[in-house]
Parts: sequence; structure tokens; C-alpha cells
Amino acid sequence: MTNKILKTRNVRLYYGEKEALHGINLSYEPTGINALIGPSGSGKSTYLRTLNRMHDLTDYVTVNGTFTFKGQDIYAPNMDVVELRKEIGMVFQQPNPFPFSIYDNVAFGIRISGEKDKAILDERVETSLKQAAIWDEVKDSLHKSALSLSGGQQQRVSIARALATQPQVLLLDEPTAALDPVSSHKVEDTLMSLRDQYAMIIVTHSMSQASRISDQTAFFMDGHLVEVNATKKIFMNPDKQETQDYISGRFG
Amino acid sequence: MDEIRESLLKESKAARRDKFGRAISFSALLLIVVVVVSIFYFVASKGLATFFVNKVNIWDFLTGTKWAPGQVDAHGKAFVGAAPMITGSFLVTFLSALIATPFAIGTAVFMTEISPKRGAKILGPVTELLVGIPSVVYGFIGVSVLVPFMRATFGGSGFGILSGSMVLFVMILPTVTSMTVDTLKAVPRHYRESALALGATRWQMIYKVILRGATPGILTAVVFGMARAFGEALAVQMVVGNAALMPQNLTSPAATLTSVLTQGIGNTVMGSLENNALWSLALILLLMSLVFNTVIRAIAKKGAM
Repeated sequence: MTNKILKTRNVRLYYGEKEALHGINLSYEPTGINALIGPSGSGKSTYLRTLNRMHDLTDYVTVNGTFTFKGQDIYAPNMDVVELRKEIGMVFQQPNPFPFSIYDNVAFGIRISGEKDKAILDERVETSLKQAAIWDEVKDSLHKSALSLSGGQQQRVSIARALATQPQVLLLDEPTAALDPVSSHKVEDTLMSLRDQYAMIIVTHSMSQASRISDQTAFFMDGHLVEVNATKKIFMNPDKQETQDYISGRFG
Repeated sequence: MDEIRESLLKESKAARRDKFGRAISFSALLLIVVVVVSIFYFVASKGLATFFVNKVNIWDFLTGTKWAPGQVDAHGKAFVGAAPMITGSFLVTFLSALIATPFAIGTAVFMTEISPKRGAKILGPVTELLVGIPSVVYGFIGVSVLVPFMRATFGGSGFGILSGSMVLFVMILPTVTSMTVDTLKAVPRHYRESALALGATRWQMIYKVILRGATPGILTAVVFGMARAFGEALAVQMVVGNAALMPQNLTSPAATLTSVLTQGIGNTVMGSLENNALWSLALILLLMSLVFNTVIRAIAKKGAM
């Protein structure tokens, strides 16, 4: 238990008065892929966004619970959110590169931390694009607009952009939901190649995706964490009846 | 069978209504086109008459610095140099846009990013109110507040390019601001989220992502403001000094195309050189508004890519 990189205990989240997450306990190994599955509106994405404090942006949301990242309280008043988000990167559902060149997109996170050295920028951009398995496709057009790429390529550029700040944890909010099967597969391959270096937490609606790529799976329903276990166990022989029903497609 | 056949071949009530509606909107469109074309034709025929009927050299007209269409020089040529007014118009336009742009961007950023609630509640309605104030009111305030202030600060009469630019700055500020607000609001929310998720501070998010993404829209807003400043007549005329002289400095009395037009058009005889020369000024105004429009379209096209 002690080598967990990220631990959350009794996470409760309120939209105004209404409680939307009812005490979630989850923790993550420093490497590997963790899938969060569950029907729409079950709170998976909401939970994911508590981990890098994205809910700070909406003023009617209150988050309670204990969040520790490498022993540090994420919600401590003196926590530097800007630094936290460089350690815990995020990739969104819609491929959303900025309307800049591919290079400028990937370099964004490095530049805003004040890095100006061209050699370092070049090196980090190249490494990140290679990690995201898109370097070969874009290396000759780094200064073309990222919006000229296909959806799948844009999503891998978004992943490269998140990797460029050298995070330890990567949050992925349904990263393949807006992509066609071929592009999804490429993104999945990218995630698989990163599993030994990062802790990844991925929200997905695709059960087959969760079973293919993840090491640990957590099943959410109605703001509760129903069950969390090794992915194999969840898909072969879950403890709870609801999990069994959801996985076999009986509801949701 | 025949009944169905008949009803299929007969025009239904809905189809007739459809045709009627199309006819109405088409005739409205036609009317607008006719109006625009006639305006162009009228202004162009009158404005070009200066050059073709009164045989004024176009180059002399654009570069000449003496404007006195009623008088002739030693060679019998009339003084129709429009350069002072052209310079005056461009100076007030660019100066007012130059001052208005940072204020507009600042206000718009405050209204959309920093304090959207207060922005929507207070600043939004205030900006809209400013758009609706008649230009004569701006001009009147300019004459009674701004001109004395300029006189006291810079000496001279207080009338001049600077006073004109300041009045125009206040007049175009709400236009530029509200258009900039619309552009900033149109920047997708996911740009904001992903910038923050990458560890950007709010300020970095605003100026590295939002303003950069909104640049085409902001440029359009500024050009719109410039078009408005270029065409504004009354308020400028009240504070600019109305001396058709090449501006020596920003506080010397000057004139713009519009101010000379509004002053002179009622005092000249149709068909005379004095009158035609004014139409030539109007033609320049019209062509410039075309240029502004083209620029706006070009920016919009480039921004859409």
C-alpha cells in the first residue's frame, strides 16, 4: 500500500447542495493503466476531474475528502495548483489541440514554465511526440497547424502535449470516444506503450477497451464506487451482481 | 385514382404560400441591391464628374494641399487639393483605433475571463448603452469638456486632430469592446480547460491561448471600429476645428472628409465644381468603406481556416 502514488479517501463532491460522489476510495500504483467504467452520469469523469482540481473552475462545486499525491495533500491551501497540474496531466474527450502549429502545441506546457532554450524545447517536443507514437507521422510538418491533422492524430498530439510537462500521472477522460475505431486503436497502442512509465487513469465507456488495456478497473454507479479490482477479476468473476450485470450488458 | 392524380397535380395551399414567401424575401433583397447599386452609381457619377467634366487632375486632387474649390490659381485651375482631409480622416481613424484597442481588449477580458458575473450584470449593459448614445451628444461633450481641456493643456484653440481622436475613441470603444467580447466568448471552453490542465496560470491562459486564438476576431473588431471612426461626421466636425489645412501637429485645427462634406454640401450649387468636388470626397469615403469591408472579410476568411 505504501508505494501508491495517488490515494483518494472518502471523496465526496457536491453540486450546490446535491451530493454527486458518495465517498470514493481509490488508490493508484506509480505505473499501469487504471480504467474507470460505469454508465453515463455515474460520476467517473466528475471523480477524475477532482484529481487535478479542475473543479476549482466552477464555483458551485465543493469537493471533500482526502487526496494525497506522493504524500502531499492535493487540496492543501498552500498547494500550487499550477505545479500540481504539471505533475498530473490531463487529456480530454474531444481532441483539442490549440489553433497553433504542432510544435507550439507540444511546447506550450514547457514554455509556460519559462523554458526558452531552443535545444531543450526541440528535444522535449521530439521525445513527447515519439512517446505519443505520432512522431513519424508529423516530423516533417511540425510547423503546420495542429488543426490540419485527423482526429486521431490530434488526440495523440494532445497526449504528447500533456506528456511534455513530464507528469507522473496522466488523466484521460474518454480519450477515444470521439474517434473512429482505427484511430482509437492507435491511441490505445500509444497508451499501452506508456504503461510502464506513467500512472494512467482512464475513463472509458468501452468495456472492451477497459479489458484490453487496463490493469485495474473500477466500476462506478450513481456516484458510488461499486467495485475495484484487477481488470481480469472484474471481467471474469466480479464480486458484485451489479458489476456482472453491467459488464454483460444487462443495463447501462 | 383520379382523385389522387388530381390532388397531386393541383398546386396545394402550402406550396402557394411557400412561393409567396419566397417572392417577398426575394423582392426585399432586390430592393436592397437596387438601393446599394444606385448609391454607388450616384456618388460615382457625381464624384467622377470633377475629373471628367471639370477636368481636374486626379493626382492634383489627391495630393494637393489647398482646398478652396471656389477660387482659381494663376493658371485658372481651381484649388481642389483633398490631401488635408484625407490625412485628417486617416489620422483620427488610426489614432482613435490605437487608443481604443488596448482599452477594448482589457475591458473584454475583464468581462469574459476575470469577472464574468459583474461583466454580464454591469459592464455589458453599460457598453450597450454607450453604443446607443447619439453622436451629437459625444460631440457636445467634446466641445464643452475636451476642447477646453486640450486648450489648457496643449495651448492653441483646443480644436484639432487630438480632440477628434479622443471623441472617436470613446465612440468606437463600445463597438470594439462588445465585438471583442463576442469573439472571446466564442473561444471554445476546451482551450481554457486544456491550458489550465497543462499547468498554465489564468493569465498565461488568457494571453497565450485565448487572445491568440481570438486574434482574427479582435482584428475584425478593430477594423469595424475604424470603419465607424472613418465615417463618423457630426461629433468629429464639432471638435476637429474644420480648417481644411494640412495638420501641422495633433492640436492644430484640421478637417476630415466627413466634416468638410457635412459643412459644404448644403452651401454649394448642384453641378458646380464646388459641389462635384465634395462628391469626390464622398466617393473616397465610399471606396474606403469598401476597403474596410474587404479587410474584415479577408480576416474572417483567414480566421476560419
